[in-house]
Amino acid sequence: MSDDLQTIQADTETALAAASDLRAWDAVRVAVLGKNGTLTQKLKELAAVPPEQKRERGAALNRLKDSLAAVIEARRTALEEAALDARLSAERMDVTLPPPPRSTGLIHPISRTAEEMAAIFGAMGFAIAEGPDVEDDWRNFGALNIPAHHSAREDMDTFYLAAEGRRPVLRTHTSPVQIRTMLGQEPPIRVIVPGRTYRADHDATHSPMFHQVEGLVIDRDITLGHLKGCLIDFLRAFFGITTLPVRFRASYFPFTEPSMEVDIGWNRRTGELGSGGDWLEILGSGMVHAKVLANCGIDPRVWQGFAFGMGIERVTMLKHGIPDLRPFYDSDLRWLRHYGFNPLAPATLHEGV
Amino acid sequence: MKFTLSWLKTHLRTEASLTEITDTLTRIGLELEGVEDRAAALAPFRIAHVVEAVQHPNADRLRACKVDTGAGIVSVVCGAPNARAGMKAVFAPPGAFIPGTGITLAVGNIRGVESAGMLLSAREMGLGNDHDGIMDLPADAPVGTQYAAWAGIDDPVIDIAVTPNRGDALSVRGVARDLAAAGLGVLEPFAPAPVPASFASPVRWAVEWPEACPWVLGRTIRGVKNGPSPRWLQDRLIAIGLRPINALVDMTNFFTIDLGRPLHVFDADKVQGGVLTFRRGAGESFRALNGRDYTASTEDCVIADAAGVQSLAGIMGGEATGSDDATTSVFIECALFDPVRVALSGRAHQIHSDARARFERGIDPALLPAALEAATRMVIELCGGEASEVVGAGAEPAWQRTAAMRYARLASFGGLDVPPDEAVSSLERLGFAVVERGNAGVRVAVPSWRNDIAGGTALDPWPELPEEKSATAAEGRAEIEPESDLIEEVLRLRGLDSVPPVSLPVNGAVPLATLTPRQTRAALARRTLAEAGLAECVTFSFTDRAKAALFGPVPDSLRVANPIAADLDQMRPTPLATLAQAAQRNAARGWPDGGLFEIGPGFLEGPSQRVVAAGLRTGQTPRHWASPARAMDAMDAKADIWSVLAALGVPMEALTVTADAPGFYHPGRSGTVRQGPKTVLATFGALHPRVLAALDLTGPAVAFEIFLDEVADPKRRRRAAPDLPAFQPVRRDFAFLVDAATPAESVLRAARGAERALIAGVALFDAYAGDKLEPGRKSLGVEVVFQPRERTLTDAEIEAACAKVVAAVAKATGAQLRN
Repeated sequence: MSDDLQTIQADTETALAAASDLRAWDAVRVAVLGKNGTLTQKLKELAAVPPEQKRERGAALNRLKDSLAAVIEARRTALEEAALDARLSAERMDVTLPPPPRSTGLIHPISRTAEEMAAIFGAMGFAIAEGPDVEDDWRNFGALNIPAHHSAREDMDTFYLAAEGRRPVLRTHTSPVQIRTMLGQEPPIRVIVPGRTYRADHDATHSPMFHQVEGLVIDRDITLGHLKGCLIDFLRAFFGITTLPVRFRASYFPFTEPSMEVDIGWNRRTGELGSGGDWLEILGSGMVHAKVLANCGIDPRVWQGFAFGMGIERVTMLKHGIPDLRPFYDSDLRWLRHYGFNPLAPATLHEGV
Repeated sequence: MKFTLSWLKTHLRTEASLTEITDTLTRIGLELEGVEDRAAALAPFRIAHVVEAVQHPNADRLRACKVDTGAGIVSVVCGAPNARAGMKAVFAPPGAFIPGTGITLAVGNIRGVESAGMLLSAREMGLGNDHDGIMDLPADAPVGTQYAAWAGIDDPVIDIAVTPNRGDALSVRGVARDLAAAGLGVLEPFAPAPVPASFASPVRWAVEWPEACPWVLGRTIRGVKNGPSPRWLQDRLIAIGLRPINALVDMTNFFTIDLGRPLHVFDADKVQGGVLTFRRGAGESFRALNGRDYTASTEDCVIADAAGVQSLAGIMGGEATGSDDATTSVFIECALFDPVRVALSGRAHQIHSDARARFERGIDPALLPAALEAATRMVIELCGGEASEVVGAGAEPAWQRTAAMRYARLASFGGLDVPPDEAVSSLERLGFAVVERGNAGVRVAVPSWRNDIAGGTALDPWPELPEEKSATAAEGRAEIEPESDLIEEVLRLRGLDSVPPVSLPVNGAVPLATLTPRQTRAALARRTLAEAGLAECVTFSFTDRAKAALFGPVPDSLRVANPIAADLDQMRPTPLATLAQAAQRNAARGWPDGGLFEIGPGFLEGPSQRVVAAGLRTGQTPRHWASPARAMDAMDAKADIWSVLAALGVPMEALTVTADAPGFYHPGRSGTVRQGPKTVLATFGALHPRVLAALDLTGPAVAFEIFLDEVADPKRRRRAAPDLPAFQPVRRDFAFLVDAATPAESVLRAARGAERALIAGVALFDAYAGDKLEPGRKSLGVEVVFQPRERTLTDAEIEAACAKVVAAVAKATGAQLRN
């Protein structure tokens, strides 16, 4: 390589090394390869080179051009990377900062239990029926074989509204929806009725408003065995204990016959369900009384079935170990956050209730 | 009902243990409430003889005793002042647990003297508060005998819950009969021999109201000497919580519990005029045996003599003719009353007596003669005297009836295949008598004490039932109810646990949807609101009337006539009424910032109710280093509504918001969300300052109500093909100057409508009012998206479209383009 070319190469390499940013780098590039660059100038001068030297000189110039282009490009990449490194370094943030708050709300345990009941009974073919909280005397009592003088009326501590004439009641149980359902559709019937109920009772274990779920099954061949099977299936699924002991005891309700109280096995001392040798009363049930069917125009010779009712708060408290009833209605945010449920994880059988 | 084990055994011959008995009671429907077995705690305590009691050598207040326990002489150090040589006392050996002190005894050495046991006071045994000294027993108390047995307090007291249908089980005999039928023993016979009449009764009956009192018997016994009843009778009454009065009264209480047969005794010498008449009350007052005065109405059946009302029939006797220690001649009342009448009178006067509890459930109508003989015998046995003839009025009602059962129904209704012989035998043990027996079924006579079987009470059918349907159903009931009664008896005695459970048959492998679309909607709204950060609450449907009135009408028809508390006396017009109070409580606890919601009923005149999803946000957004906290405002509430309505599939572009929200909102910061001219879907806004003040709620507080019933049912439609144009949209921003009062919605609506085919979206990105504008004006920044479909738009076309937008907005709102 001739001296002049060696000088260009050496000068360029020196200049590149000195270029500390892309702007300086570009000046070097233009000074060598630009329109008036030193190497460009030499290429232009090639025309004046004697023909015998031309070939060799041309080859040398081209080699130098390729070589310088590669060096210049390499420098650019290096400078760009350094610049990016510097920027990234400058952009460093404190990743331990708390993220923007996104407040999540909660589903009340009563709603959650009602949803779980819908999922489990739904799998057994039940639909959900509803009725008003303010009921007439006949649907709440008379139709259910609770005549005016019946002691059950006193037991139920009924709230009355101050309306004129036959005073409406706040339903003392969800059973009037049995009547509404039987009057509103022909059997077969398979419904559950979750809802608000009211009784004039207020202490540590009673609230003047609480929730019940009613169940009603009417068909041609439903027996007391089905009642037991249905409730055992439900209780074991709901509490998630496949071996939960369930006991049926003879009892009395005006609207069923035979009537049964249902107990589950638990440990009275620890509160643990499923074992322990003690029994805990959890719901009432029975075969629908012939009078109730007849009051609704259903012939008990053709149709028969069972009904049951249980307290939603009660089973919720048992399932989740909630000790007190009153906070259910107090809307204390601290309690709600503690016992509430994630709205994006609704109760479904395939995910598990 | 309470009774003691030994009392039960006077009617039931049995070898069964206490546990077997109580387990059986629960199984057959006489649910055990509790067993008080005082003997268990007192078992280690025996009667002992204090042989020697000398001053303790090293302690002034103690005595060193030698005690004969019946099993040897032991040394006991005792601190009681009354410990003395020769006395009989109660001794607790080492190892015994002392109920009154909670200590288990050990052999001790007290200041150099061994003490191998303890002499007990009543309080230390858990038998009352007497702690003046150790128990000082009579000299004839047998050394070595268990104290409880000797004192007659070793009898376990059984307490059962008797259901309202089982009046017959409100008696020791009735319980014994059920236990015998369940296989636990043999029912002892009950057939008191008649006491011969010695004279004519000076007191007689007259019944003027046979519907209330169909039958009554009575008998005078003269020459009686009243006084305390014997110990066995007192013990039984005390054990079950009754106070002994005198022998005559205790006798009536005994038969109330023993036979379920309430009796009353009049002092025959105090009865005026010689006739006791059953009649309606006539507003007279009388003093009952509980010392209270009652006024008998025409709805009450009373027993009156010439001086006036002497008893509220079947509920409580009167003081004036009651027996006392001076009574020498007694007239026993043994009557039958209409259960409904007794129930209504008892309820009206709020008297809860053992007599009422039995009469209102119905007592055995055939038992009167035998019960009167048994009572006569006991009076003569306890008090002496001689009996008159039996006087009566009315007649034994025709209670006889039969019930039939098909054997197959035990399985097809009861779910348990019971062999016919066993089923019939169960019924016979309960007192049913076979009238007719065939291959398929049995007909039995119902015993007089079981008024709950085949009672044939009146139906109460839905008045609008078609006549034929009603008649068929009534026929079916007449046939099925007695059969169900009998099936219940058979299953009850066998135990319902013996019925094999059968899972419900399914109609298909995959069930249909459980929820109706409306129910699903409520569930979706619930999840949406919770996901938006609100905590779900369940608050009472009733609240304080004044607070309810802040949120809507509070008609009298929605006032609770008998509230349990003065501040729970009105059905709420909206869940907001109770949610706002919940927010106040949270603020008072130190949590002023937060969001609550409830999906529940709001009550309206009618009465009717609607499902409202109501929510409330109070205080500030959370403080954060990157974005400052800000107060909640009406738009936060509106955003919650928008989330829910969008989730429920409401066409959002069809909604309008008008500034006419209910009065509990700030009038300038609230709105009503409408779909079409009639349908109101929701309301929202900041709560009115007056409401905040009345609830003691520090603002800010914003709220919303969504009327879920008003949301149209979702239509199940196939979705149209998606709109995916091949050309890029063009976006243009406009700044419109409008009157400050101009609703933003009218600007957006006009812009959207300017060129429907081309405009794909309109959004408000800025709203400004301030010193850069003239007063009373505001600037609205609107982005309009044009979506070409055939080809890319030319500049001229875009300009033309923009001009249309400006013109349309100007026409609708008078807006000018801001420079």
